[in-house]
Amino acid sequence: MIRPKETIITDHVVRVMVPFIQIFAFYVIFHGHYSPGGGFQGGALLAGSVLLQRVVLGAERSQIGFPTRLGIPFGALGILIYAGVGFLAMLDGGNYLQYDHLPFGMTPVYLRNTGILLVEIGVAFAVTGTLVSIYDDLVNFERRDDQAEMHSAGSREDA
Amino acid sequence: MGRVLAFLVIVAVGVVLVYAGFGLPAFGDPNAPASTHVSDAYIEHAYHDAHTPNFVTVMIADYRSFDTLGESIVVFTAGLACFLLLRSERRRKRQGGGQQT
Repeated sequence: MIRPKETIITDHVVRVMVPFIQIFAFYVIFHGHYSPGGGFQGGALLAGSVLLQRVVLGAERSQIGFPTRLGIPFGALGILIYAGVGFLAMLDGGNYLQYDHLPFGMTPVYLRNTGILLVEIGVAFAVTGTLVSIYDDLVNFERRDDQAEMHSAGSREDA
Repeated sequence: MGRVLAFLVIVAVGVVLVYAGFGLPAFGDPNAPASTHVSDAYIEHAYHDAHTPNFVTVMIADYRSFDTLGESIVVFTAGLACFLLLRSERRRKRQGGGQQT
């Protein structure tokens, strides 16, 4: 079983680094209009900040930052944001994902600008939720395996 | 017999693919259809259309947003597949342990 090693150095390094990684992730997402970056990259950075806590602080203590059960719903929320932007454009008589028909009351050019931003946020959510969820699946799988072994060993002693 | 047949099919498909590959335009060919129509239009109109200096973002999220929607759904589906596979494995293990006791 993988146990977290309680070392004050790694703990505090993570506590200092995680906020900066997350701020940089949001910068990459929201600055994707002007520089390289966007939803996929920013989402991967966000997931990286969560996984750093998972690795260093251990699965239990890092639940406060991002609970395991939220992984898949978070990813689904991202896809829903993306698909929802497409349907919002249809409400106003446009085609699916035709951003200049979004009902936000701006000029078409800025509507497209906003549509790109919303879609990138959706992609970032989807990537974050998916990456964290995959990691949690693998780790939980291992731990459950271990518990099953311990359980069977204990029952053998009972018999 | 089946293996020989499968091998022959693989070789045949490979030959067809390599032959078709020779018909592709050279890498970076300025006269390729992709470089003469779409790319120019994207680069010329991106800023005018969406007021976004980074035209890669405009291409990914605006002109080809269907593509990106599919990509993010693929990513999410991969995560969902991991979730379902590993969780069902876990449940099977637990049931197996129950039968042993």
